[in-house]
Amino acid sequence: MAWWNPLAQIRDALTGQRVRENDLRRLVSNLPYEGLGKKKQPNRHFPGNSIKTTKYTLLFFIPLNLFEQFHRLANIYFVGLAILNFVPVVNAFEPEVALIPICVILSLTALKDAWEDFRRYQSDKKLNNMPCFIYSRKDKQFVERRWKDARVGDFVKALCNEIVPADLLLLHTSDRNGMCHIETSNLDGETNLKERKVVPGLCVTEPDFEPESFNSVVVCEKPNSNLNYFKCYVEKPNEEKVGAGIGSLLLRGCTVRNTDHAVGFVVYAGHETKSMLNNNGTRYKRSKLERKLNVDVIFCVILLLAMCLVGALGHFFWRQALPGVPPYLVPNSNGQVDSPSLSSFYMFFSMIILLQVLIPISLYVSIELVKIGQIFFITQDIDLYDEETDSRIQCKALNITEDLGQIEYIFSDKTGTLTENKMVFRRCSIMGTEYPHKENAIRLAVIDEPESEEEVIYTQQPQSPQHGWSLDAEASSPEGTHRHHGSRQKNKFAGNAQSNVAFSSPLETEVIPDRKLLGQVSVAESTISSSSQKMDPYLDFFLALAICNTVVVSMATARRQRTHKYPSSFQSTNPLDNFSNLLTKASSLRKVFAPKRDRSFSDASFKEDDRFNPFPKVDDSGVFSSRGQTVESNGRNYEAESPDEAALVYAAKAYGFILLSRTPDSVTVRLPSGQVLVFEVLDTLTFDSNRKRMSVLVRHPITKECVLYTKGADYSIMELLGAPYAEHLSGNQKTVVADTQYHLDCYAKEGLRTLCFTKKVVSAQDYNVWSVSRQSAMAAIDGREQLIMDTAVQLETNLSLLGATGIEDRLQEGVPDTILALREAGIKVWVLTGDKLETAVNIGYACRLLEDEDLVINMSCKNKLVCTSILDSTLEEVRRYGNDPRNVDTTPDISLVIDGHTLAMLLSKDLHGRFVDLAKRCRSVLCCRVTPLQKSGMVKLIREKLKVMTLAVGDGANDVNMIQAADIGIGISGQEGMQAVMASDFAISRFKHLKKLLLVHGHWCYTRLANMIIYFFFKNLANVNLLFWYQFFCGFTATAMLDYWLLIFFNLFFTSAPPIMFGIMDRDVSAEVLLGVPELYRTGQGAGTVVHWIIMLGSVAVSFILTLLYTSCITCNSYWTLQKQLADPIFYLICIITTVVALLPRYTFHVMRNSIAPSPIVQARHLDRLDASTKEVWIKEWRGYRGAGAVKRSKLSDPPSPNNPRTPTSPDNLENEITLTSFKI
Amino acid sequence: MVKEENELVNRPDNTAFTQQRLPAWQPMLSAGIIIPGFVLIGLAFIGIGVALLITSRSIQVLELDYTGEDQDSPCFRCSDPAVRNCTCTLQFSNDRLIEGPVFFYYGLSNYFQNYRRYGVSRDDGQLYGDLSYFKEPYDQCEPYRFGGGNNQPIVPCGSIANSMFNDTFRLFQNINGQRREVPLDGKGIAWWTDYNIKFRNPTVTPLRDAFNGTVKPPFWPRPAYELDTSDPANNGFINQDFLVWMRTAALPDFRKLYRRITEGDYANGLPAGNYSLDISYNYPVMSFSGRKRVVFSNVSWMGGKNEFLGIAYLVIGTLCIVMSVVMLIVYAKFKFPEEE
Repeated sequence: MAWWNPLAQIRDALTGQRVRENDLRRLVSNLPYEGLGKKKQPNRHFPGNSIKTTKYTLLFFIPLNLFEQFHRLANIYFVGLAILNFVPVVNAFEPEVALIPICVILSLTALKDAWEDFRRYQSDKKLNNMPCFIYSRKDKQFVERRWKDARVGDFVKALCNEIVPADLLLLHTSDRNGMCHIETSNLDGETNLKERKVVPGLCVTEPDFEPESFNSVVVCEKPNSNLNYFKCYVEKPNEEKVGAGIGSLLLRGCTVRNTDHAVGFVVYAGHETKSMLNNNGTRYKRSKLERKLNVDVIFCVILLLAMCLVGALGHFFWRQALPGVPPYLVPNSNGQVDSPSLSSFYMFFSMIILLQVLIPISLYVSIELVKIGQIFFITQDIDLYDEETDSRIQCKALNITEDLGQIEYIFSDKTGTLTENKMVFRRCSIMGTEYPHKENAIRLAVIDEPESEEEVIYTQQPQSPQHGWSLDAEASSPEGTHRHHGSRQKNKFAGNAQSNVAFSSPLETEVIPDRKLLGQVSVAESTISSSSQKMDPYLDFFLALAICNTVVVSMATARRQRTHKYPSSFQSTNPLDNFSNLLTKASSLRKVFAPKRDRSFSDASFKEDDRFNPFPKVDDSGVFSSRGQTVESNGRNYEAESPDEAALVYAAKAYGFILLSRTPDSVTVRLPSGQVLVFEVLDTLTFDSNRKRMSVLVRHPITKECVLYTKGADYSIMELLGAPYAEHLSGNQKTVVADTQYHLDCYAKEGLRTLCFTKKVVSAQDYNVWSVSRQSAMAAIDGREQLIMDTAVQLETNLSLLGATGIEDRLQEGVPDTILALREAGIKVWVLTGDKLETAVNIGYACRLLEDEDLVINMSCKNKLVCTSILDSTLEEVRRYGNDPRNVDTTPDISLVIDGHTLAMLLSKDLHGRFVDLAKRCRSVLCCRVTPLQKSGMVKLIREKLKVMTLAVGDGANDVNMIQAADIGIGISGQEGMQAVMASDFAISRFKHLKKLLLVHGHWCYTRLANMIIYFFFKNLANVNLLFWYQFFCGFTATAMLDYWLLIFFNLFFTSAPPIMFGIMDRDVSAEVLLGVPELYRTGQGAGTVVHWIIMLGSVAVSFILTLLYTSCITCNSYWTLQKQLADPIFYLICIITTVVALLPRYTFHVMRNSIAPSPIVQARHLDRLDASTKEVWIKEWRGYRGAGAVKRSKLSDPPSPNNPRTPTSPDNLENEITLTSFKI
Repeated sequence: MVKEENELVNRPDNTAFTQQRLPAWQPMLSAGIIIPGFVLIGLAFIGIGVALLITSRSIQVLELDYTGEDQDSPCFRCSDPAVRNCTCTLQFSNDRLIEGPVFFYYGLSNYFQNYRRYGVSRDDGQLYGDLSYFKEPYDQCEPYRFGGGNNQPIVPCGSIANSMFNDTFRLFQNINGQRREVPLDGKGIAWWTDYNIKFRNPTVTPLRDAFNGTVKPPFWPRPAYELDTSDPANNGFINQDFLVWMRTAALPDFRKLYRRITEGDYANGLPAGNYSLDISYNYPVMSFSGRKRVVFSNVSWMGGKNEFLGIAYLVIGTLCIVMSVVMLIVYAKFKFPEEE
């Protein structure tokens, strides 16, 4: 064994490199090699499962960290200066002392890095030492090992509720169908269970899996970070290949649920697992202000060089003017006096050292500190906390807080962002007949009412529904009312507290059947029972509702907790379950102020509590009990990947079509008659965004027909319609389609989400033919997705329409108010949605994105030529409209509605210029049916063309592109998982939080930071100018009139705290006023640069005057000078006069401006001084005065100043006026 | 109950600090505060300005240039650098009594004691009387660090000490053709802290032994321990003239205290009359086109004569009042339109 042979080692390393880089990896079981040396291990080239996220090692910390720190230009600058100080001919200070500031800065940063790295090390260690079960050949069983011991090629067993330690290819589960459920909330936050299936045909025979018998080769692709994609096949000894995909992969970090145990083969371990590849820490974005700041710093450098040049030239001329060698001129060590030119050359560098304070060494550190402080306050804000999900706002990008105050365009997703993404079944249309579900609408309206009015409504309920709903029984007796009310509140609590099961709130689960439809169903049922051969469209419709989905049925008894919400509190009894906690910690260590999790309370007491007081659930049986049916009320939960599906299943349930269970091969449905039907599932054609539909192919248990149920968006279904539903209805088919289409349009206008349902009976022959092509597609390794999709399209033809549904996606609380406020703040809100045009427009009106008096331009065209001409004419008209002076105050705001097809044309190279021109004149833009790519394209276009700050807000995976394209991406943590949140810079839980985040925190962060930077530059410039002007009095010899300690530590110790405190704590206007008067948002914008320049040049002038003053009586050479000065009355007189001289012009200017044209900020400050009630009245009046629609974007409306109430609107304002005049002078 | 608390573990604290509701004071630059404030400040400033000006005016200053540039100047002869050990006599008359105590300054102009490398060219260790620095002076003293024939250390080293002002003056009052010497008091003209703390002679007696193995600065006629031949206690580093010189001036035009006139008949000041000043003219100023002068002045609480500050106060005070009037007009015009 040439283990020690270096050459062999190198060869081995090279082989390993090649093996790792290979596109395909061949993995074999480790078991036959167990106990052999490392050299003999077949999978030795692949990394083990231990992870290391630390950046440094103990030994190399200092050099590596220094190397890292010197990537920052400022650090190099200061080290260069310190080195310059060691050159004797130019040194201005004690060189050793000059080293101190840069050393302090470097070591502070190093300490911070070291601490962070140590935390990472600790969490790594904890993760690596978590227990797991690995099969051992010696012990003939799974033995407990640590995570870090798992290697590629091992067999790992994961028990229920355990976390998977590495990426496992699923080989065996306790489930006899080979299914395993996992929860991926640690990875993407999605809480619904996902199914994983064992690789077929590997170990089906034995009930117990025997790892030692595994002698196949697993061939898989190179590791990548795509969580939803995996390609692999297993080569059996007989050369038979079995394909496997993501459906057979258990990802590291997932939790096994509803399955006793699962055994998998480790394909990727450690850093090669998909979860680790996805874990790339905090994102670094540079804010606009920071980019501007860099320009300022460069300006400072130029200024510094100019000053040094002036100094050097001045020194040269001063020396030239001397007639001889004066006694004060110090010769060099040779006794010779340097020539004027050489001396002034040296002087240039001395000046740089002297005036180095101009470039603030601590500015960057201070800004970082300020931002940490600002983020602390943002995350601490209780108004941005959501009780329902118990989540605060998360700040993922640490350095763009002030950009929140600069936003000009907001791009918003609709579903889940503006709306709850909680789907409620509202209406349906079956065979062209509409069933409006009025009773259900009433119920929803009742639930909508605020809690305080509940009782009134319940007692007032004048006529209860005739039958079927539990409410009438309760309304009849006061006791019942009370009880119901109580339970409602409990339900509400359950909903609010984000009860442990998805979609359990009564809002979503309860559906009151439409009376007419119920009648139809029962009629249909009776006819069925008489002649069982014929299906009825009503039954088919509801079967489609119940079957055509991917909903997983789980029992309430096996209910699981929402792990990602309370990882530590709910699960700390299981050490493995700390994973999620650790994972988040490891990835977000940079977040200094991450929300703390309280672990102090006792789990035991909580568990107990839970057991005795389970979350109240709606009694599903209520609906049926009155109809004499019994349904076990043990709480069956439907878990769906999209909330629409769950809503539909609940709707079917309301009519008695209850989805009892779903396995990959069968669906069990109970009919209203009590009959239980088990449908054999032949195939599931899953949803994809190209087809926009999904289908389920089942074999009907009675008729034995192959039936294809398809549901999908109306436009993707309508063109596939073929055969009429039944022969005897053939004449009606046309009208059914037309009627359904009409109903669909009506639904869309109401803002409902629509879906069409169809049925198709596939003949056995057709099925067999299709099945063969399907099988080959499934087995394909290359282009499998495309092939599978093609086969799906093959089957989905000639469908017969059953009906359509309308599902309501309820608007989130506070959305219209937020949009209005944002618009008043001068922010343009655009909504980009995948929904239908009508739905989108309706929601647009509902959330006040569009107003009734708006001029809505609807752009929807089929081809590019039409599109171009429409665009041109619209643009022309809009321009004319805007330029017409008569229209300045009367023009309604223009809103643009575009559909995705048109948008694609508008975004093309030759049209986008004109499109942007048009869009910028519109107050709001609504784009529907856009793809994720178009969303991000839109954001990029506006951002680049208009050079504005953009913000994108969304909640789903389809918004990720857009969120990443915008200057600020905001993720809403809602129902759709965490992809958007993971990609975002800030994560909020409700759309309404955006209002305070932007209007208050954005404004504050921006003004604070901008003022702090101005402050910083001002103090440095003032200080440096003092030194600079003094050079005119000392022959430009780089003399410091101040002690060098004062100069060197000026930034670091003496003057760093005030700007930092200012940057964190300053509050120019209170939050209430900022929220009340959104226009103030704009006042923070744009002023930055001008003020910067005025301040910079002003400080030069001011310091010149001050120096002139000082020269009349100052002495230098420090010893006892201060004490002498302090004893001299002149010193105080000069201090006083200097202060007054410095402040006189500023105060005068402010008074003048406040009298002539007070800035909104000043007015807002006046408002702030009033007591709360008066303030409210004034804010209202201010807003009222500005008027609802009359505000023009070009200028800020002139609000009634508190000093000068111009429009007393109502008599009760008179009183306020009197109070207000009290501070009028 | 327990449960409900646990539900909201992430809930931020609702305190004034975390919710940023801490009480804040925000000065409002409103006209109501600024205008009266400025009027008051203006009035106060005018008062102070007048007081300063009156004080400053009451200070009597007699300033005489003796550079000797002009041919008719008595010191013209001495201004030639080639002439050694030159003395000249300056005649001047005093119209009225300069009230005592009278301070006698010498002044230099265009003399850059604030030249950076000049300012650091000294060894505070030596000047503190630390003998170890006598052997190895501070390297900033270069090129006045080692000197003499065999490169011995210079004590006191450095440029400042080397360039010490060495003109001496004797003042006489001419009474009826007779010259009556005015006694000059050279004690306590340096800062107390300099004399007692910062500068010390080595604790070696006699003092000259401490200077064994060292050489005097090249420009000096005598070593440090012989600076004042008349008063043995006024030698070494605590020589008053030396102390005054070592306290470098901040600006190129400066005056330094030479003596005080506090004794005898002149305790009440310099009476009106004719005076003559005998100058031993040693210090060359032609190399930097400088000027030399002597100044007789009395002082007040605000130090020497300084009209600038008084004028500045007056100007700023007036400006404050003018601005407040302007502000008032603007304010009235914009806040109370002609409706009433």
